[in-house]
Amino acid sequence: MGTVKMSSSRRKFLKTAAMLAGATVGYTWLKSSNFLLYGAEPKDKSLPWYGIGIDIEKCIGCGNCAKACKKENDVPLEPFYFRNWVEQYTVKNDGSVDIVSPNGGIDGFVQRVPDDDIFKSFFVPKMCNHCAKSPCEQVCPVGATFLSPEGLVLIDEKYCIGCRYCVQACPYGCRFIHPVKKVANKCTFCYHRVKKGLDPACMEVCPTGARIYGNLRDPGSNIVKYLKEHTTHVLRPNLNTGSKLYYNALSSEVR
Amino acid sequence: MEPLYQNLYEALGHVQGYIFPNEIDLQWGILIVVYPFITGLVAGAFILASLERVFNVKILKSTYQLALLTALSFLLVATLPLISHLSQPQRAYEIMITPHSSSAMAIFGFVYLWYLMVVLLLEIWFDYRHSMVVWSNEKTGAMRWVYRILTLGVNDISPRTVSWDRKLGYIITIVGIPSAFILHGYVGFIFGSIKANPWWSTPLMPIIFLFSAMVSGISMVMLIYMVINYFRKQSIKVEVLDSIGKFLFFVLILDFTLEALDQIHRIYVAEESFEIIQLLVSGKLYLTLFVSQGLIGTLIPLITLAFLQFYKGKIRLRKSLYFIVGILVLIGVYSMRWNVVIGGQLFSKSFSGFTSFKVGLIGIDGTLMAAFWLLLPFGILAFLLWLLPPWKMVEAEE
Amino acid sequence: MRSNLPPQISRLVLAFSIFIILFLVARHFLSPASFGKYGHYRADVLGEIEKTEIHYAGQKAFYECHQDVQDLKSQDVHAEIHCETCHGPGQKHISSGEAADILKPSGREFCGSCHALNAAKPKGTIAQVDLKKHNIEKNCIECHNPHQPWALLK
Repeated sequence: MGTVKMSSSRRKFLKTAAMLAGATVGYTWLKSSNFLLYGAEPKDKSLPWYGIGIDIEKCIGCGNCAKACKKENDVPLEPFYFRNWVEQYTVKNDGSVDIVSPNGGIDGFVQRVPDDDIFKSFFVPKMCNHCAKSPCEQVCPVGATFLSPEGLVLIDEKYCIGCRYCVQACPYGCRFIHPVKKVANKCTFCYHRVKKGLDPACMEVCPTGARIYGNLRDPGSNIVKYLKEHTTHVLRPNLNTGSKLYYNALSSEVR
Repeated sequence: MEPLYQNLYEALGHVQGYIFPNEIDLQWGILIVVYPFITGLVAGAFILASLERVFNVKILKSTYQLALLTALSFLLVATLPLISHLSQPQRAYEIMITPHSSSAMAIFGFVYLWYLMVVLLLEIWFDYRHSMVVWSNEKTGAMRWVYRILTLGVNDISPRTVSWDRKLGYIITIVGIPSAFILHGYVGFIFGSIKANPWWSTPLMPIIFLFSAMVSGISMVMLIYMVINYFRKQSIKVEVLDSIGKFLFFVLILDFTLEALDQIHRIYVAEESFEIIQLLVSGKLYLTLFVSQGLIGTLIPLITLAFLQFYKGKIRLRKSLYFIVGILVLIGVYSMRWNVVIGGQLFSKSFSGFTSFKVGLIGIDGTLMAAFWLLLPFGILAFLLWLLPPWKMVEAEE
Repeated sequence: MRSNLPPQISRLVLAFSIFIILFLVARHFLSPASFGKYGHYRADVLGEIEKTEIHYAGQKAFYECHQDVQDLKSQDVHAEIHCETCHGPGQKHISSGEAADILKPSGREFCGSCHALNAAKPKGTIAQVDLKKHNIEKNCIECHNPHQPWALLK
């Protein structure tokens, strides 16, 4: 019994065809899974692509934002679960930095360091950065956390398996596991409000206008104006998260 | 729910410095320490078995099946600590149904499946098939059918077919070595790819995990060999121990070198997280890192193994030393998993403070649960050794 | 042509094929509907999240009944402050019309959450007061109408 020999030209053709087919399949698979070609592209251009601005020069540390968020989104009141919070930084004259966030800043702040020892002091509100290249979205094993078409990182509470990989992956510490629902939880940018034309709760109650947001694609929006008029920073720029939370007057002590 | 808050309020009192408010509770507890320990044993035991097969290390022939069955016992348990630690374990199937291709955790589900079905089960099947056919003919009653089913109906034991068992088994072993590397390297990658955590984020993490896995697997097989032979009243051959011990010695040197390299690089480069990590290592992690992992788990075994390379005197003493080395190495590797998993969560991502960790005794994330998952593989191994006894295998006639 | 595949391989190919087919069938039935429509997630969840209950009604919702307060407020320094900043979530109050369903805050502690003296507050953003010294016996709103703070009552 002999084997049939294939002509070398036909073999070459089949080899090339297989390679092309494999490359096409590979490319479409890679493209669809966003695996290597990372960096979310907003697909639906008719929807807003949200950006957030927090002006540290305006924050008075009243804690209304943290309080309103818990009330709007039914977050447990215990001091272990925060979708957003406020930190107070006190840089002392000896160079040391004191950082506090008592109950996330919800009850406001009391000055603990006497005026004479203070070099400078300021408040930094923190919240989910709704990263365009979100590491939390990258690591979710099942697709329970995702980037919405509006550029907001959301959680599917019915699908999350509670593996906590996303909590580990977030460099900003803004995720937690809800003690009752037992799934991951975090700032949703009050998605249920912005879709109806309302402001997120934290933006609604800020008395000084330190928190703004808007459509990054709209050159007339207040966020774009804010970006133009201020020198802005994001947290942890070295991690390349594509954070869309732009701080004005972010001091070098802040992590 | 009340006790949960009670523990958290207590933990709040133990916070040092500043932590992000959500970081009070550790997300991954003792079960996630146990899981890489178990998969490490799998990879290590398998690689030891492969040494005999691929590199023809004849002296290890007697441990070949033992190593494979040990690997299988631990592999079957490997996913259980993971699933039991999920807060929605009933949804665990989602990882296989809609895996997110950018998530190392999701890919691991398929790496695990590949390793279980294509590598380990197949290799054991090819090795045991001939014996299982013979046993299915010899036994009566239910056991006859058990072995029949296990052979998958391939009852041909003609020399030609049996030679295929050997050839295919060899191919699977070759495929299995990189597969074992990927299996446990992936676990290292799951940690190493978290750029948010500087204690974990290093390209060396998969390699460090892999080498410490090999060290633990080799030690485990060595210990099981001694214990099984003791209970079966068979002689424990010191030549076998010498052979295993030599591999253990060299792999342990490599493992130590890699870990040292990681730390030296970290200290020299002194990135933004250096100060907090320095505090971590000299404070909360001192005992488990320097004493448990370093001294007990690495240095003492290295010195003892080095001694045993030259000392060929009292056999009884050497056997006892190998036994002790095996135990110490396992303690060391377990500590390493603890230091990575727990250590990485003790300091805040603000790099300004620490939280605390208390392991409970009961509960899904408690010590008893962890001990159960660690002991269950031995029960499975006992069952497998009864079902597929290596010492009763039937050699095929050539 | 006679197949000279060893029986192990043909049997294993069969076994694995069955396994893969079963897996794909299970996958088909267990995959949630709408998964993958916009990305690697259940597209239906967007609609589900939108249905979350709203607690803060937003500034404009209060003009209908309380335009007079709004007119007063817009003349003084609290003009830009939204109603619910002090009064808390108001959706329930709008639905029921009951005064009891919304907060009427008072007390020095409350006003102090914004106005208490603190070195961290940026200069020029807000009037700060040392609560330990300023009219200790009195409640803030005895002199300051919260909707018109500088129109002092004494």
